[in-house]
Amino acid sequence: MSEIKREMVNIDGNEAAAYVAHKTNEVIAIYPITPSSNMGEWCDQWSSEGKKNIWGTVPIVAEMQSEGGASGAVHGALQTGSLTTTFTASQGLLLMIPNMFKIAGELTSTVFHVSARSIAAQGLSIFGDHSDVMSTRSTGWAMLCSHNVQEVMDFALISQAATLESRIPFIHFFDGFRTSHEVMKIEELAISDIKAMMNDKLITEHRQRALTPEKPVMRGTAQNPDVYFQARETVNPFYDRCPNIVQKAMDQFAKVVGRQYHLFDYYGAPDAERVIVLMGSGSESVHETVDALMENGEKVGVVKIRLFRPFSMKHFIEAFPVTTKSIAVLDRTKEPGGAGEPLYQDVITALHEMHTTSESKFKAYPKVIGGRYGLSSKEFTPAMVKGIFDELSKEKQKNHFTIGINDDLGHTSLEYDPNYTTEKNDVIRSLFYGLGADGTVGANKNSIKIIGEETNFFGQGYFVYDSKKSGSTTVSHLRFGPRPIRSTYLISRANFVACHQWQFLEKFDMLTSIIDGGTFLLNSPFPKERVWGNLPLVVQEQIIKKKLNFYVIDGNAVAVKTGMGSRVNTIMQTCFFAISGVLPKEDAITAIKTSIKKTYGKKGEDIVKMNYAAVDATIENLFKVDYPNELTSTITLPPVVPDHAPDFIKNVTAKMIAGQGDSIPVSRLPIDGTYPVGTTSWEKRNIATEIPSWDSEWCIQCGKCALVCPHATIRIKVYDNALAEGSPESFKHMPYKGNEYKGQAYTIQVAPEDCTGCGICVEVCPAKNKKETKYKALNMVPQPAVRDQEKKNWDYFLTIPEADRRTVDVKTIKGTQFLQPLFEFSGACTGCGETPYVKLVSQLFGDRTIVANATGCSSIYGGNLPTTPWTKNNDGRGPAWSNSLFEDNAEFGYGMRLSLDKQVEYARELLIQLIPQLGEGIVNSILSSTQHDEMEIYTQRERVKELKKLLPAINTPESKQLTQLADSLVKKSVWIMGGDGWAYDIGFGGLDHVIASGRNVNILVLDTEVYSNTGGQMSKSTPRGAVAKFAAGGKPIGKKDLGLIAMSYGNVYVAQIAMGANDLQTVKAIQEAEAYDGPSLILAYSHCIAHGINMTKGMNAQKLAVDSGHWPLYRYNPALTKEGKNPFQLDSKMPKIKLEDFEYNEIRFKMLTKMDPEKAKLLLRQAQEDVMKKWRFYEQLAAMNYATPAAATNGH
Amino acid sequence: MDLSTSYLGLNLKNPIVPSASPMSRTVGSVRLMEDYGASAVVLYSIFEEQIRHETKEMYHHLTYHAESYAEATSYFPEMHEYHSGPDEYLNHIRKLKEAVSIPIIGSINGVTDGGWVEYAKLIQQAGADALELNIYYIPTDPNMSSDDIEQSYLDIVKDVRNQVSIPVAVKLSPYFTSLSNIAKRLDKIGVNGLVLFNRFYQPDINLDTLNVEPGVILSSSDSLRLPLRWIGILYKKINADLAATTGVHTAEDVLKLIMAGANVTMMCSALLRHGPRKIREVLTGVQQWMVEHEYASLNDMRGSMSHQSVADPSSFERANYMKALQSYM
Repeated sequence: MSEIKREMVNIDGNEAAAYVAHKTNEVIAIYPITPSSNMGEWCDQWSSEGKKNIWGTVPIVAEMQSEGGASGAVHGALQTGSLTTTFTASQGLLLMIPNMFKIAGELTSTVFHVSARSIAAQGLSIFGDHSDVMSTRSTGWAMLCSHNVQEVMDFALISQAATLESRIPFIHFFDGFRTSHEVMKIEELAISDIKAMMNDKLITEHRQRALTPEKPVMRGTAQNPDVYFQARETVNPFYDRCPNIVQKAMDQFAKVVGRQYHLFDYYGAPDAERVIVLMGSGSESVHETVDALMENGEKVGVVKIRLFRPFSMKHFIEAFPVTTKSIAVLDRTKEPGGAGEPLYQDVITALHEMHTTSESKFKAYPKVIGGRYGLSSKEFTPAMVKGIFDELSKEKQKNHFTIGINDDLGHTSLEYDPNYTTEKNDVIRSLFYGLGADGTVGANKNSIKIIGEETNFFGQGYFVYDSKKSGSTTVSHLRFGPRPIRSTYLISRANFVACHQWQFLEKFDMLTSIIDGGTFLLNSPFPKERVWGNLPLVVQEQIIKKKLNFYVIDGNAVAVKTGMGSRVNTIMQTCFFAISGVLPKEDAITAIKTSIKKTYGKKGEDIVKMNYAAVDATIENLFKVDYPNELTSTITLPPVVPDHAPDFIKNVTAKMIAGQGDSIPVSRLPIDGTYPVGTTSWEKRNIATEIPSWDSEWCIQCGKCALVCPHATIRIKVYDNALAEGSPESFKHMPYKGNEYKGQAYTIQVAPEDCTGCGICVEVCPAKNKKETKYKALNMVPQPAVRDQEKKNWDYFLTIPEADRRTVDVKTIKGTQFLQPLFEFSGACTGCGETPYVKLVSQLFGDRTIVANATGCSSIYGGNLPTTPWTKNNDGRGPAWSNSLFEDNAEFGYGMRLSLDKQVEYARELLIQLIPQLGEGIVNSILSSTQHDEMEIYTQRERVKELKKLLPAINTPESKQLTQLADSLVKKSVWIMGGDGWAYDIGFGGLDHVIASGRNVNILVLDTEVYSNTGGQMSKSTPRGAVAKFAAGGKPIGKKDLGLIAMSYGNVYVAQIAMGANDLQTVKAIQEAEAYDGPSLILAYSHCIAHGINMTKGMNAQKLAVDSGHWPLYRYNPALTKEGKNPFQLDSKMPKIKLEDFEYNEIRFKMLTKMDPEKAKLLLRQAQEDVMKKWRFYEQLAAMNYATPAAATNGH
Repeated sequence: MDLSTSYLGLNLKNPIVPSASPMSRTVGSVRLMEDYGASAVVLYSIFEEQIRHETKEMYHHLTYHAESYAEATSYFPEMHEYHSGPDEYLNHIRKLKEAVSIPIIGSINGVTDGGWVEYAKLIQQAGADALELNIYYIPTDPNMSSDDIEQSYLDIVKDVRNQVSIPVAVKLSPYFTSLSNIAKRLDKIGVNGLVLFNRFYQPDINLDTLNVEPGVILSSSDSLRLPLRWIGILYKKINADLAATTGVHTAEDVLKLIMAGANVTMMCSALLRHGPRKIREVLTGVQQWMVEHEYASLNDMRGSMSHQSVADPSSFERANYMKALQSYM
C-alpha cells in the first residue's frame, strides 16, 4: 500500500463515477437521462475546463441524439481504438442493448457506468432499482455492482482495469438516487492510483485491435447456420477467465489503495446460520443490521454481490460460512412470470450445481428463499432486514416474498416491526424541510462539505424532492458520525429537525420523526414570545411530550434585510451550526464564511457580502423558546381532501398527497396503470403568496389573462344575469360588453388555492386603472387575506354553467376563454411557458381528444402522481392521455390515429350494411356530416346518440359491432405533444416518418430550446450562443429549422407560434392545424426557467424572441396550394429590435458574456446574421407565386 | 496652428474629446475616433447599480430553481470562468491603453459610498489616465434639502480624491441653486475639472401603453447655450479645468466654448449621428476659422468671451434673457 496522501472529498455517486471515467477515457458519448445525467455533465464540464485524463489529453465529450445514438458512437469509437465510455440508466440502457450485444460479441473493452433505475411499466419511475441492468443480462457484459459512494469510485477503476484485461465489456452499476445522488465523505483516488491500475500493455492491445486501413480487417460479418453457433461459443474462455481477472484487479487495487474487495464479500458472524444475499445500496442496511444483531449474539451474515456477471459459482459458494442453514436472496427487480428473480435463480443454480457436482461445504443443504425489495427507491430499512432474518428463523418460510410493502392481494409481504432501529446515539441525524426555491438543499450539501472538511466526522446527505415543479418541497436527510455511514435509508429518528417554511407546519407532521429531547428549529414569522400560540395543536403536543429544545428565527425577515430575498438557506444553515453542536459555534461561523467565499467568490463580492451579512444577522435573531407546559392551540391540520371526495381519492390519492403513499396496500392500486382524470382539483396546494384580484371597473374583457394562465386558475364565464343575483356577497361580476351575449353577466374568477402566483395574467393585462396607472384590471394581492372569501367565490363560480360550445366564437381570444380548460392546476413550474398552449388545445378540442405525450416536462406535469391535471367536462368527456416513451411518441400517436381511422372506416361500413334496418335518413346524415365546427360536432353526437338507441333493437352481429364503435363516428382529434428534446433529437426519426405518412395527426412541439426536464441540456433546438449543459461554452452552431424540414414534404401543415407575441396567430394556427386533414406540426415557443428569465415576464420574453427575428411567426397551410395560393404566410414583421435585446434579457445567453466575452460577441454577431438570412429566406418563401402558369399570365 | 490644450493636467493635441457614450464600447471605435483626431476619450460610464443588479440577477437565476426537483438539480452548467462586477470594464481600459495612444478617461456612476471609491481605485489600477465622476441625483424626497444633496456630492468627490492619484473631474447637472457655489466648493476640495453638463434621460409618457418611458434625445447646437453661459461665468473663478459637453456639433460651437473659457469641448450626439469622421470635420473647421481670423493658438482665445472678459458681463446674467427676447423680435 502506498503512502500517498489522498484527499477526502464530499461528493455523490455520480461525481465519483465520472471522476474515474473522465480520467481513464478518451471519448465520452452521452445522452441525458435521470439519474445518470450528472455523470455526463461532470465530464462535459471538466473537458470544457481543459481537465485532462491520466495520459495528459482532454477527453472529447459528445452529446448524442439518444442513448441508441450514444451507444452507436461508443461502438464506433471503440472499434477505432479509443478508450470510450458512456453513462446511462433505465430506458436509456435498454436503447443501448443492441449495441451492447455487438460490443460484447466483438470482445471489446469498455465500461458503461449506470445509475440503476426502474423501467417504465404500469407507470414511469425515475427512481432506483435494478430493473434496467437486469434487462441486459443476456448481452454478455460483465456486471459489477457498487454499494456506496466510495465503492463507486473504486469499482469504476477496478472495472476499467478488468475490462482491458478480460476483453469483456463491463456495466458498472450503482443504485439510482440512493447512491448516485447521496453525498458522502469518501477518499478520492489519486492520479497515481489510477495510473497504477492502468496497464499500458493492455491499452496497446486494445488499440491494436482497432480498425485501420493500415491493417484492414472485416468485423461484423453476416453469418449463416453453418458457423454462427460455433463462433458464438468462441468467447467462452474469456468469460471463464473474467472472474479471476476481476479478483486480480481487486487485489491489485488493495495493494495500491488499501481497500480490499472480493467478488462476493461476506460480512457477519463466522458461524452464521442465517445469511442474506443481495447487491447494491441495500447491502449497507443489511451490514448495519447484521452488526446490531451480532451484538445480541445472533448468528447472521450477509453476502454482498460485487461481480454479478460472469457469475462465479465457485467464488460465491466459497463466500458463505459452512454453518449457513438458511439463505434469503433479495432482488431489487421484478420478473413477472419467472421462476424467481435473477439473483435468486443464480443462487439456486449455484447451490444445486455445487450439490450435484461436488461435496457440499455446508453441514446441511441450506434452505433458500427469494424476495423482492426496494423497487423504485422504496425504503429498505434495518427493520425490514430484521424481518427477513426473522423469517429465516422460521420453520416454514415464505418464498418469493416482498418486503417493505403491504401486499394484501398476493400476500407475498413479510411482516416486520417498523420500530426496530439500529441507529447509534453518536450519530447526528438531522432533517430539514425546505422549499426548492429557498436553497435548503444547496445549503445542506454545503454543510456536509464543511463538516467533512473541518472534522473527522463522516457525513451523509440524501435529498428527497416532491413530484411538483412549482412550490416543491424538499426534505434533506443528513447524518454525521464517527464511522462511515451505512444507513442507506431515510431518517425516521432525528435528533434535529428544521422547518424552513412556516406553512409546512400545517402540511407535514414532521415532529413524528424527532426523538425525545431533540432540537426543533423553526423559521417563524412570529417572535419567540408569540410563536407558541400560533403553532398547530399537533406541533405543541409533540414539543411538550418530547421535551424538545425549541428555537425560532424569523429567517424571512433576516433574508429580506440582508438582501437574500426568499433564500433563507445561509440563515438556516447558520442556525443549524449555532445550535446543533456539530462544531464549536465560532469555528462553525468561520467555516461557513470560508465556504461562502469559496462558493460565491467568483460570482461577485456583493454575493459574498450579502451572505456574510446573513450569517451575522442570524446569530442576533436566533432565540430559544421558553414554552409553557400546556396546550393552547386550537389550530388543527385540515383534511387532505374533503369528505365528499370519491373513495379512490380518499384512500389512495389523499395518502400520496400526505406523504403516506408507502402505506397504501397493493389491492388499492390500479392493476394496469389506469387512473382517474381531474385529480389535481382535489389537491389544494396554496403555494401562492399573492394571487390576482379582478377590478371589473377597468376590465375590457379581452380574455388574455385566462389565455396565458399556465395553471388554468383564472377563468372566465359569461352567464345569465339571474345567476349573479344569488352569488356570495364578494363575488364580482359585470355586464358583458359584446353583442353576442348582450345582457348577460361576466365574471373573471381566480382559484385561490390552486393559483401559483406567477403574475403572468397581471403582466399581460392591457387594461390600466385610468385613475392610478400603477394598477390594472388585475392586481396581485396577498393570498392569505382573501383566501377564504375567494374560495367561496370560486366554489360558486364552478356552479355556473359552462358556455354552450355551439355559441362561442372561437376565432377570438375572448371566445376561446369561454371554453372550459380540461387541463388544470398542473404541477408545472410557476409561470410555465408550455402549459398555456396545452391548456388551449384542451379548451378547443379537449372533449374529443386523445393525447400521446412524449416523456419530458409535459409528461411529468401532465402525468406525475399523486394528482394529474387532465380532466373532463360535466358531460364526462375530456382528453384521454397516455405516455409511451421518450423516443416513440410520434409513432405512438400515429398508432392511435391508425386505430381510430380503422374504427371509423369499419363503423361506416357497418352503417351502410345496416341501412335496411336503420333507414337511409340517419345513416346518410351521419356519413355525410363534415363535423367542421362545434355545431356540426354537437349534431353528429346527437345523431350517434340516436343511433345507439336504435341499434339494440337490431339483433345482428353488425349492430352489436356498431354499438361498440358508434362513438368513433364523432370526430376525434389526435394530439402528439412533447418537447424539443423529443421532436428535434430522440424522436425526430419517428416524427419525420409520421409527418410523411399523410395521416391526420396534430403534433405540438413545446419548444423550450433545451432539455428542460432533465436540467437544461443542449438540444438541436438550442440556439447559437446559448449556454446549456453540453454547450457550456455557448452553442457554436445554429438551431435546426424543424419547420422548414416539415414544409419540404409539401403536405404537412406547419406553424411557428409564440403566444406572448401574437396570441391570435396562436389560436388561428392551432385551429387550422386541427382542421387540416393531414399531418400538422406546430412549433410553440415556450419560455422556460432554463432560460434564466423572470418568469412573470415570460410572455414578454416571447415577444422579444419574435420582434428580434429569433422566432419568426408563420403558417404553412398546404390546403392553400389547391386554391393557387402560397401556402406560406409570414405572421410576424421584419426584425425590429436587435437580437441582443432579446438574448441579453435571458441568462442562458448573458452568462456567456460573463464567461467568455469575446466568444459571446462573436456568437451574437453570427446569430444576428443567422436571423437576417433566415428572415430573407422566409420573405422569399412568402413571396413565391403559386398561381398556375395560365392564371399567372392572366395577371393573377 | 496650435490647437493644443490642457485638461486635467493632460496635454492634449486639440480640444475635441468624445464624451461618455456607447461609441467607446469597442476598441475598434475608439481607435477610429483617435484616427479622426480625438485628443482623448471619456469611456462610457460604469454603473455601479447596474453591475450590482447584474451580479445579483445572475446569482438569482443560477440558483433560484436549482435543487428543487429530482430530475433537474440545476438548469445551467457551472461557470468555470466568471468575469464579475467591473472586470469587463477594467479589461476594456487595459486593452484600450495598448491599442491607442490618446489619454483614456474612465467614468463612474456609483450608488454607494464604497462603490465610488472601489471603482475609482480599480480604474486607476487598470491604467486610466484620469477619472470622470458621473454624479447625478434626482431629489424626489421633499425632505431632502439642497445642503444635503450638495454635501453628498462633496463627500463622494473628497473620498475619491483622497484615494486615487490620477486627476478627477466631476460631471455636474445644471440643477443647483447656486452652481457657482458648488463649483467653488468642489474646486476647494481639489477636483481637477468640471464637466458641464450632464444630459439626463428625461421621462416621457406613452399614451398608448400609459407607461412612463425614459428616452434620450440627441442634442443640437442649441443645447450649447447652457454650458456656454456657465463656463463663461466660472472661467477663472475656480482653478479646476472646464469641459463643455452638450451641444458641440460644429467648429463654431467649439470656438464659442473655448472663447467662453472651456479647456476641452466634448462631443457625443454629433458623433452618434455622423460617425467619428465628424471630429475631423470640426477640427478642420476650427483651423480654417482661426486662419481666417488670424488666431495662432487656442490659448489666445480661451476665455476671451468669458464673464470676466466681456465688456458687458451682465450679458451672461439675467438681463441677457430680456435682451435675447428683444433682439429676436
